[in-house]
Amino acid sequence: MITSIKRIIRAGFVGFWRNAYVSLAAIFVMTITLVVVCGVMLTNELLNVSLNQIRDKVDINVYLVTTASEQNIFTLKSSLESLPDVAEVNYTSRESAFAAFRERHKNDELTIQALDELGENPLGASLAIRAKETSQYESIATFLQEQRDREEPEAPLIDRINFNQNKSAIDKLTNIINAAERSSYIAMIVLIVSSILISFNTIRLAIYTSREEISIMRLVGASNMYIRGPFILQGIMYGLVAGVLSLLIMYPVVLYLGPATESFFSFNIFNYFVQNFAYLFGVLVGSGILLGTTSSILAIARYLRV
Amino acid sequence: MIYFDNVSKIYNSGQSVALRDITFQVAPNEFVSVVGHSGAGKTTLLKMIIAEDRPSEGTVFFQSLNIHKIPRGSLPQYRRKIGTVFQDFKLLPHKTAYENIAFAMEANGRSDEEIAENVPQALSLVDLDTKSWHFPHELSGGEKQRVAIARAIVNQPDIIIADEPTGNLDPIATYEVVQILKKINDLGTTVIMTTHNKGVIDALGRRVITMDEGRIVRDDPEGRYVL
Repeated sequence: MITSIKRIIRAGFVGFWRNAYVSLAAIFVMTITLVVVCGVMLTNELLNVSLNQIRDKVDINVYLVTTASEQNIFTLKSSLESLPDVAEVNYTSRESAFAAFRERHKNDELTIQALDELGENPLGASLAIRAKETSQYESIATFLQEQRDREEPEAPLIDRINFNQNKSAIDKLTNIINAAERSSYIAMIVLIVSSILISFNTIRLAIYTSREEISIMRLVGASNMYIRGPFILQGIMYGLVAGVLSLLIMYPVVLYLGPATESFFSFNIFNYFVQNFAYLFGVLVGSGILLGTTSSILAIARYLRV
Repeated sequence: MIYFDNVSKIYNSGQSVALRDITFQVAPNEFVSVVGHSGAGKTTLLKMIIAEDRPSEGTVFFQSLNIHKIPRGSLPQYRRKIGTVFQDFKLLPHKTAYENIAFAMEANGRSDEEIAENVPQALSLVDLDTKSWHFPHELSGGEKQRVAIARAIVNQPDIIIADEPTGNLDPIATYEVVQILKKINDLGTTVIMTTHNKGVIDALGRRVITMDEGRIVRDDPEGRYVL
């Protein structure tokens, strides 16, 4: 048993080296497959991160009239907080809104001058409401609308609700991201299927060159496992080498793209690559080995038929 | 030892018949030659014995074992009881004579010690002690066939199947190969050989089965080549 395993391993290595060109071709094709897989994984991560960032930016802002009393505002706030859909409500007082406005326009002489001319704070307090799910904003907006309708005309509280203005932009962005994700999935499936077929054919070629040897092995009474073993081992080796190679290829690519993604998506793809290296290694090398082994088993099956 | 019971082989749903109602028996330690024109069914007959092909009708027995009822997983074990020799030698070109023989033992799961002991014995039986490290392309046709015979016997099979072993050889090499097969037979191994060579048959003076169009037309215990 141990002798057989030893011989299978030796035959696998010998076959790998002796058919160097075929091995090279198989590794090359599989490396491309795995680079594609890795690229798609990173792109998806990027899209997900930016989708989440956009989702985080979604909220409903309720601007309150300048005359609104703090007590009324807090009543509204706590009634909002009691809604099951609401994750959090942030209160911005008139003063802090004013300070933030001044801060934002500190380089804009004209605006600051106009503000000083005015003499009093023209800004109202506001409530920023965040829902647990994007889809829940609709019901919160409805709730606010009802609140507003019930107000007494002489003592209004809510000045305006700005949900509807953001809504179309958010929907559009979500659609764009979903479409990008979907098309990247389709591209991934097409590329992966075609690469699998090419890898499979290349390995079949490698085994075809050994068909004589296989028929002789059968003739002298070698068991199917003994015949198959070296080829499966070669498939595993192709996958292993291709997995490592694809990571080596991706490293400079993400190193180069890192700063660009940082500034555009505020998500550094290089950091992601480094932090999740073990995961990526596992997926790429694992799928390489799976691809190589399956191709070998399928390709050799026809030579083992009686 | 080998028993064919009413075996027929029909290809392409009745279009071509390779074997027709073949019934015969091979006793242990016999040397049987099968002769006949091309297409008479000789090779099909041998393929039945090594379970490369299955009969359309009838059964083939090896001792008491129905060959075509052997489960696939056990076929390699069965084939180890049979040594095969072919017209085109079927040696691995990138292995030396020694390695070609050792390969057959490795595939059978023999230990390295056994290989080191048995391969030289097999090589000396076929008179190739001095050429054990030659590659097939460095050997003559007769020498290649002797390596193939050494490979066939090295696992000590019960029976040797030789399909036209002298088909590609000159008269002297033919004589040597037949002498070696005879020697193996004398040492106790059953031999079944197909051939076209009248001289070989007449010189052997052993049992001859003559086939024509898939039938056995003659079966002489001390036969001559009659066609």
